[in-house]
Amino acid sequence: MSEFSLYLLQQLINGLTIGSTYALIAIGYTMVYGIIGMINFAHGEIYMIGSYITFIVIAGLVSMGIVSLPIILIIALVIAMFIASTYGWAVERVAYRPLRGTNRLIPLISAIGMSIFLQNSVGISQGFRDVALPPMITGGWAFGDPADFEVTVSYMQVIIFAVTFITMTLLTLFISKSRMGRACRACAEDLGMTNLLGINTNKVIALTFIIGAALAAIAGLLLGLYYGVVNPFVGFIAGLKAFTAAVLGGIGSIPGAVLGGLVLGVTEAMTAAFFPSEYKDVVAFGLLITILLFRPSGLLGKPEIEKV
Amino acid sequence: MTTNKFYNAIFAAGITLILACLMIGVKLDTSGTQLAVKGATAAQWGWIGGGIAVVFLSQLFTSQIDALFGMIPKPSISTMLPEEKKMAILKPWLIAGLIVIMVIWPFMVSRGSVDLATLTLIYIMLGLGLNIVVGLAGLLDLGFVAFYAVGAYTYALLSEYFGLSFWVCLPISAGAAALFGFVLGFPVLRLRGDYLAIVTLGFGEIIRILLNNWTNVTGGPSGISGIAKPTLFGLEFTRKAKGGEDAMTFHDYFNLDYSSSYKVIFLYLIAVLLVIFVIYLINRLMRMPIGRAWEALREDEIACRSLGLNKTAIKLSAFTIGASTAGFAGAFFSARQGFISPESFIFIESAIILAIVVLGGMGSQVGIILAAIVMTILPELAREFSEYRMLLFGLLMVLMMRWRPEGLVPMKRPKLELKQ
Repeated sequence: MSEFSLYLLQQLINGLTIGSTYALIAIGYTMVYGIIGMINFAHGEIYMIGSYITFIVIAGLVSMGIVSLPIILIIALVIAMFIASTYGWAVERVAYRPLRGTNRLIPLISAIGMSIFLQNSVGISQGFRDVALPPMITGGWAFGDPADFEVTVSYMQVIIFAVTFITMTLLTLFISKSRMGRACRACAEDLGMTNLLGINTNKVIALTFIIGAALAAIAGLLLGLYYGVVNPFVGFIAGLKAFTAAVLGGIGSIPGAVLGGLVLGVTEAMTAAFFPSEYKDVVAFGLLITILLFRPSGLLGKPEIEKV
Repeated sequence: MTTNKFYNAIFAAGITLILACLMIGVKLDTSGTQLAVKGATAAQWGWIGGGIAVVFLSQLFTSQIDALFGMIPKPSISTMLPEEKKMAILKPWLIAGLIVIMVIWPFMVSRGSVDLATLTLIYIMLGLGLNIVVGLAGLLDLGFVAFYAVGAYTYALLSEYFGLSFWVCLPISAGAAALFGFVLGFPVLRLRGDYLAIVTLGFGEIIRILLNNWTNVTGGPSGISGIAKPTLFGLEFTRKAKGGEDAMTFHDYFNLDYSSSYKVIFLYLIAVLLVIFVIYLINRLMRMPIGRAWEALREDEIACRSLGLNKTAIKLSAFTIGASTAGFAGAFFSARQGFISPESFIFIESAIILAIVVLGGMGSQVGIILAAIVMTILPELAREFSEYRMLLFGLLMVLMMRWRPEGLVPMKRPKLELKQ
């Protein structure tokens, strides 16, 4: 293969890595939207909190003298998922539930307030500056001629793929097979009717926020380890990207969110290959606007019919 | 019932503990290349404990607290005002008096407070502009600062590269911002409201990134400096005239001693003029069919469409007019500062403007003016709490939506009643 195509292959791998984490965050948006038809504006902050908790737990365990990497990562994952889910639940309880049934603008504004609040509370308690974690998982496989161009797949990237894949599989099984998953699908179909049939829809809505937050925490852990830095403002841009991914794939559809995340990640990586990397955000939002212009229901979404 | 409540309260307190224990109770600390953690100080644990206690008690006594809030008399603005008939006679006099006070006031106070007042007026302008979009038309615009930036950069660039004066650029800036609003709004406004929120958010970021990276035109992160100040019919407010042969300075023309406060007061007066113009314009628009259509569309879109209103055109008009107001404010902002950089146009700025609109009461102009005053003057008074400013903004937005979504001064519709 020529040097150029190897370079593109490398960008494709990098893009898929980032894209799969976007997909994890995007699922949170898409599930909440699918059920209550609202954007969870504070979702990006949950991702940021997940990253912070990962860092805190890792730093704490390392200082306690635990050196086994898998144990550290698993404990960090469990704690991050647990606390981030609690945050997700609390956001639903404080910013969404009391406002259900009001004008659509009102919960949206309260969620934005929640997002600003979380961002700044983390900033005040943990500092507004970047916090860096020394790389924990190093190394990787390299392909190709070292003299020409070497395509590398780092172990971290492999872990990101693997964890994302496992998470998606578990989520799909949960949604399609379990009782609660069936209730989720019923709520997405018709919230009022599901309520009439005796399903506690409040519980289902809280559950979607919790699942979304747990997935965002996984993404927070993976991306936190991948980039090695976190600051209180990472959630803002990541949330925007993930929302773009959710819209791209068709909001409300879980496979759509995964597809959208991967497409967005690859598009960004390819943009970064040819233009200065600052423009990749511009391209991502440009893509969002273009999609909304030509296919508002997204790649896999169904057209929405507004009812009285 | 009481035991149920007790369990609820314990549950809420436990959740608060989980939320706080790692995020506040532990602090990340970089020591060398290694990341370390340190526990919170006793004072911080005290705060956490206090927070948990507050949550516990408020959950335990929810009904009592609600009853207590119900007992607080709610002052109603309409009962405090004189009767409608008297009001109609009084109103022009009141407004005239207010304008006179606003014009005389800067000559009696310090330069700093005039400067602060000018800043407040800019926020009032921005708040009124966003109010058209959010309050009247019910479209959530989270990238309002982008149009502000477009206005500011339009003036800065035109004045730097083509030497155009402030007064020429003012309508051009408004027009440029309106054009951006039109181009952005056209595809997006056909969709549901929430999409608009995200797309405008993204648009705000795009504009900021472009300004930051298009270095050879916008100067990149270092911005544009030395932007020309407005002139009074060609009279400059500098110590020495810069604008060529026949340029005069203000103090030479009127045989006054040079003082830098003339400039500050002049800028303030321009801001007053612009705000009055914007208020007048919006008031006229609100009474026009298009203004009625904005509100109707906000209330019920389907009903409006079945009455034959073109919803895209109506939304687009609100979006464009709101954007042009921001362009107006932006041009004035860059003239006042003399220096602009992308730093001035970050998302927080949009959030502050939105907070002004929400706090003031969506749709209510008086409320927004009051909220803009509160939002700009309070941070000045509480400088030591500046770290907590955005935190409190966020909290305020959540609390306002929960307990008083109509804002401090709820909107009053212009109406005519049939007397029988």
